[in-house]
Amino acid sequence: MTEGNSLESSGTGKLVTQDLSAYYGAKRAIESVNISFPDKSVTAIIGPSGCGKSTLIRCLNRIHETTPKTRVEGHVLLDGQDIYEQDAVSVRRRVGMVFQKPNPFPTMSIYDNVAAGLRLNGLRDRKEIDRRIIQSLKGAALWDEVKEILDQPGIRLSGGQQQRLCIARALAVEPEVILMDEPASALDPIATAKIEDLVFDLKKQYAVIIVTHNMQQAARVADQTAFMYLGKLIEFNDTKEIFERPREKLTESYITGRFG
Amino acid sequence: MKFDRATRRRWKSHLMAFLCLGCVAIALYPLASILYTSVVRGAQAINADFFTQNLPPPCNPSVESCVTGGIWPALQGSLIMLGIAAAFAIPVGMMAGVFLSQYGHLKTVQSMRFFVDVMTGIPSIVVGIFVYALFLDLAQAGVFNTSWVLSALAGSTALAIVMLPIVARTTDESLRLVPPTLAEAGLALGIRRWRVTLSVVLSTGRTAVITGALLATARALGETAPILLTTHFTTFPAQNLNGPIASLPVLIFQFGTGGFPNQVSLAWGATLLIVGIMLLISIVARVAAGVVGSRAGLGGGG
Repeated sequence: MTEGNSLESSGTGKLVTQDLSAYYGAKRAIESVNISFPDKSVTAIIGPSGCGKSTLIRCLNRIHETTPKTRVEGHVLLDGQDIYEQDAVSVRRRVGMVFQKPNPFPTMSIYDNVAAGLRLNGLRDRKEIDRRIIQSLKGAALWDEVKEILDQPGIRLSGGQQQRLCIARALAVEPEVILMDEPASALDPIATAKIEDLVFDLKKQYAVIIVTHNMQQAARVADQTAFMYLGKLIEFNDTKEIFERPREKLTESYITGRFG
Repeated sequence: MKFDRATRRRWKSHLMAFLCLGCVAIALYPLASILYTSVVRGAQAINADFFTQNLPPPCNPSVESCVTGGIWPALQGSLIMLGIAAAFAIPVGMMAGVFLSQYGHLKTVQSMRFFVDVMTGIPSIVVGIFVYALFLDLAQAGVFNTSWVLSALAGSTALAIVMLPIVARTTDESLRLVPPTLAEAGLALGIRRWRVTLSVVLSTGRTAVITGALLATARALGETAPILLTTHFTTFPAQNLNGPIASLPVLIFQFGTGGFPNQVSLAWGATLLIVGIMLLISIVARVAAGVVGSRAGLGGGG
């Protein structure tokens, strides 16, 4: 949208937004966002509270519209196909999400939490479920810690383990894109480091989009970083460029801590 | 001792606390008295015969020898009517509650919730007269035989109507306590909304929902007015749903005020039974609610 965006929407990314705007009632939370998220890499979205970064990723799996009185305009292309012209439920199977606060299903065991997306979508084959659960828990770097206690309630785990359980739960349905909405903001530094290591591993297989208010985190994990302010995408570039040579005055002010 | 302002205030505070305690005592006294009286007067009526024998005819012990009898027909009648009412009101009320909780943000649904609220407060005698009139109209219209007008089915219908809004509202309240982030997590996995509602939302709130259903059942157990107007009392066990049927509350009403010692004693026994069952249900519900509160940690861990 400005000359600052060397990675501007080219239509070649895994997930591409075109003039994406989202509303809560009459209030516009994001405005005409054009951004292209590449496959097999990590994109961080940074910006001050209320800048619309969470809203943006909530539009990417069509979870935004599940909140009453919300609306979305524009297009989101997944592999070139507009997700707003597809069945929302099938879109969400391809675009997984991890939330800010760990939210395992409280009545379910560790096993059942990971199996939830598979079972509730109708998968019955026990062997296949077992296989995918092991694979997902390993993928979320949680397997070694829980393999002996799979039948215990998921909410008995520590906060960091719960968040990795939620990541495993998202991985189990075998998505192509993983959205993370400040996944470490409720965690202590050690648990945060584990999540960040995990994000680094996940990009080998998935397009990962992570919202964070922590600039150091973005600098550590992301290949590209997008800076948003007041609902607009201000600058989007390689992480190194954003942090070392921001092209926009606003970006520079934000990353040098002058506001936010 | 110095009687300064701080001391004066402290004494005032003590006095107010004491007054409040006194008010609690006044409020609790009738309850304690009810419990005490039903135990003292009811316990002597309760033995094996009490649960198994048919209702005795009125009898004056000074002129004849009396049959003690039992309350079996009333117990059986209450169980039948409660069973039918619960089998209808609990599933229907729960589904209605699920709807209210999941679509509660819509204006029309909010007025529906208000209407259900009004329903929970409706005097049960109104329900009784309504069901009586309904069954009478249906009989007169030839839908069914007049034997249905004062019948087990009519009583069950009235109890179901009393239970329905309670089950719906408690389900609604319990499910609205389930954090929306859980439903969101389910939706984000690509699970259909109805599946999320049943397997995640209802499952998370299930203990509270069951508690609500139990309390509604306890309430219906003691409801007298609706069955007084819709059933025909009998001293024998009910044979079918379109015939006369006895029940615990109506037995207390009939026997407790008749003045015949054998019947009065059974009325107190029935009173103790109802109080005991209600207390039991309340305790079970309370314990279950406590379990879910601490275990599921509805706020979510972090």
